[in-house]
Order: sequence, then C-alpha cells, then structure tokens
Amino acid sequence: MRRILVGIKRVIDYNVRVRVRPDGSGVVTDGVKMSANPFDSIALEEALRLRERGEADEVLAVSVGPPEAQQQLRDALAMGADRAILVKADAALEPPAVARAMLALVQRESPRLVILGKQAIDDDCSQTGQMLAALWDRPQATFASRLEVQGETARVTREVDAGLETIEVDLPAVITTDLRLNEPRYIKLPDIMKAKKKPLDMIELADLGVDAAPELKVLKFEAPPQRQKGIMVKDAGELVAALKQRGLA
Amino acid sequence: MDRVLVVAEHADGRLNAAVAKCVACAASIAGAEIHVAVLAVDGSAVAAAAAAIHGVARVLLVRNAANEPALAAVLAPQLAKLASGYGLVLGPSTTFGKDLMPRVAGLLGAPQVSDVMAVESPTRYRRPVYAGNAIATVEVPAGRQIVATVRVASFAAAPAGGPAPVDPVAIDVPLPLSTRFVSVTAARNDRPDLQTAARVVSGGRALGSADNFKLIQGLADKLGAAVGASRAAVDAGFAPNELQVGQTGKIIAPELYVAIGISGAIQHLTGIKDARTIVAINKDAEAPIFEVADFGLVGDLFSLVPEIEKLL
Repeated sequence: MRRILVGIKRVIDYNVRVRVRPDGSGVVTDGVKMSANPFDSIALEEALRLRERGEADEVLAVSVGPPEAQQQLRDALAMGADRAILVKADAALEPPAVARAMLALVQRESPRLVILGKQAIDDDCSQTGQMLAALWDRPQATFASRLEVQGETARVTREVDAGLETIEVDLPAVITTDLRLNEPRYIKLPDIMKAKKKPLDMIELADLGVDAAPELKVLKFEAPPQRQKGIMVKDAGELVAALKQRGLA
Repeated sequence: MDRVLVVAEHADGRLNAAVAKCVACAASIAGAEIHVAVLAVDGSAVAAAAAAIHGVARVLLVRNAANEPALAAVLAPQLAKLASGYGLVLGPSTTFGKDLMPRVAGLLGAPQVSDVMAVESPTRYRRPVYAGNAIATVEVPAGRQIVATVRVASFAAAPAGGPAPVDPVAIDVPLPLSTRFVSVTAARNDRPDLQTAARVVSGGRALGSADNFKLIQGLADKLGAAVGASRAAVDAGFAPNELQVGQTGKIIAPELYVAIGISGAIQHLTGIKDARTIVAINKDAEAPIFEVADFGLVGDLFSLVPEIEKLL
C-alpha cells in the first residue's frame, strides 16, 4: 500500500479578522468560523493529485486536535481522502507534541509521503513538519511549490528567499506545502454525502503514548500597536514633495 | 542564560545580513555570551565576517564538503551536536532558518519559539501570532535548552566590532545522503535585497500583467529601492515568488514602502507594519491599505507612476 499521510489542523478561518480578548487570555473564538488550515488543504490536494496520477493508493487525513476537528476531517474526506484519523487532544498542543503524535501514526501506517502545511495560520510556528522529519530521521522538503514523485525519490521545488531551489529526497519523506503548489478543489455536495460513509477513526492522544505536556506558557496576548492613518495627497506632485520633505526622495 | 549559539546563514562566501540581527537579538539577553556557528566547506571569509560583529565572543567554524549548498537534513545533526552546553540556539526567520531550526529542535528534543520580535528576559519572549493580529508573550522554562528563530525585521543589525577568535571545530556525526541539492534559480542581483533594503516599491494585482510590472521596477530603480509584490501579483505570475511580502512571504521593515495597486489584505499588512513610511497608490479610495498609509494617493497607477518617476 503506497500511502500518503496528510495533516489537517482546525484553525480560525482565513477570512476572519482575528481580535484579542479584552483580558488578554487569547483571541475571540466565540461564533467565529473555523476551517482547515489553508496550507493543509493544499497538502491534501497534492496528495489527491498524486493518487489520481497513480503515485499513491491511499490518502489518509490526520488531525491532532479537539473533537470538533472531526468537521475538518469530514471536509477532507469529502474532498477525496480515503480515510481519516482524529487524535483527540483537549488543550492546544505545541508543535513538538504534534510531531510526536504524528510520528506514532507514521510508525503505524508506514506512509511513503507525509505532506503537511508549511505553517498553521493561527500560531504561525512553522515547526511541525521539520520536527517530525527529525524524529523520524527522514528527509524534509519544506515550502514546496512543485512536487514530482519518481520511483523511490521525490524532486521538490522549494520557495526560498533567493528564488526557487530544487532538491531530491529519498522516500519516505516529509513535504511541507507553500501557496503555489496547487489550488485546492472545491467540495461538491454529493461528495459530502459520500464522505459520511468513509471511515473516521478516533484515537486518544494518551493511547499513542505521547508526552504532550506543554513547555511554553503564553502569559498574555496583546493587540499589536496600530499605525495611525496618515494623510491623503491630491496628486503626484504633492506626494513627491512630501517624500522629499522626509528625505525619502 | 549563559551561552547563546547563533547559526550563520551564508551563501557564495558571504554572510547573510540577518546574522547581525540575530546577534542583536541575542545581545538583548542580559549576560549572554554569544557564539556564532559557521557550517561551510571553507568558510574563512564568512567566519571572519561573523567575528567582526559587535557582541560575538567566539566563532565556531565547522568545515565539511557536504555543508554547501546548505541542506537542513545535513546541517541539523552537526548543529545539534554543537549545541550541547548552549541554553539558546538562535537562527534567522528566513527560509534558511525556518527550514533548519525546527529540525535542530526536533533532534535536541527542545521546544522552539518562532519569530522572536523582542526579548523581555532570558525566559520571556514576544512573538506575533495570527498573521500579526496578536502578539503573544511566551515564557519558557528556566534552565531548559530552547531553540528560537528571530524575526529579523524587529532588530537593527549589531554594529561592527571584534574581531572575535575563530576556532575550527571538528564534529564527528554521520550525515545523511538521502537529501540532495539539485539547483537554485538565483534572482537578478543588481537591485537591493528585498529583506534588508531601506526602500521598497511593491506592486499588486492591479498591475495586470508581468509586462506592466516593469512600471514597478522603473520606479524602484529611480528610488534605489528593492522590488516587492503582493501575493496576488505573485499568484498571477506578474512577479517571482521571492518578491512576495506578507505573512507567508517576507516580513520587512524599510524606511520607505511604496504599495502600488495593492489593496492591503491583512496578510500583506503584517509584512510591512514595521516600515517607517508607507505610501499607497490605489484607484479604490476604500482600499484597506489607506488605513495604514502615511501618504495615500487615489488614482490610476498607470498615469501616476510615470508622473512620479518624472518628478523624482
């Protein structure tokens, strides 16, 4: 079985304007729309395309999170994943704990590829994929914008500061997705119905034997300082004069 | 906090400007003794440059033929070994550091604090979350080794100083062969580097085509500025990916940022909010970019940009 394991994190939807709670204990989540992390949807899309090209037999969607993450896994199944596993965790886990939970699943499921988002848009950590690769002692190809599987290797183009870097990794390996890897497909209504029949297993985090104790303590959240709205100039001449006055032109 | 190890990013024999910013971050920790690790094939010039940064007490030079071009899977085991005895291991929040540091943390079994924007104490750090819509103050356990990446836009480079001693270090650790470098497409080098430029001119979706994007380049050249782009412009193929500014692209802090035809999605704004002066040119007077711009100009960019260029 050539399996691809994809990570799905439940996060505040991309389009929501996130606000800090007045008491600084977190951000406002009541009544806020939750979705799969957009980078994870790109990971899933890439796995589905590999399966459709005959490079994989099964796509397994995995989430480590609250019971509500079942919704994001159902969406993943509707998009086309073959089955899903929710590793139930009460509190928000830190990346090392998520990586350890993923490692436990990787050891059970022996995937040929693990595809994760390059970062989650809530904590913006960008750690889990690399940590999993380290713990698994396998190659990593982060920030992928192109992925080609050729036999027992993958050729990956990565978006790096200098431009585009291409590396080759032996499989199994961990890939993390960047924005331009693909555009995820839309979920069709009949597929939502079909997804209800697909297997979604639940596992308790403790049953994986994973140490998930948090190490970092968030003392407070604050709203960032706001920039003051400046002035509107009426034409190019006024703008250039203003810049010259500030020594910027 | 006694000893801090800063990982040096470098390419083509040149030290990346982000390293002096990481040193500045480390130097803001009271009592820190700062060492810089240079992993290279030869590395003499890079090590000398690192040794000349004020605040650096020692440079560790690890030579290995496998060290360039840099691959996280190859560098991480060497750094994990080198990190023994360091309370904090720091790297820049560039794609190099974001790729490498969590792998080092994974090998060390250490927690990582990503994108440090300020150090409040040896155990307290501030970092942005939710695309910069919130700033979290994070406490790490005292006495625990941690790994961190530095949001380089938050720190001014440490000044010149030294020179500190450069000590070659031999590290005996097996390196994997399962990750291989193939190629890199290097961008044009005749413009200022986007990440460190004092002035940046960025274009957005409204440019309409890669050809029209040359307008941005023309104005940038006139101002001596680097060129940037919004995600929409990169997605549309008007500009290459390395020019993307924002939450998932580059976070920058230039003296002058000129946003042309960019509406100002929150993900873009998070990449520019440390800019000293923001100028926005957009035909939509309601565009959110005007909420943060010091100078806003409503109008057609195709007539305004050439006009501005002429007046400069």
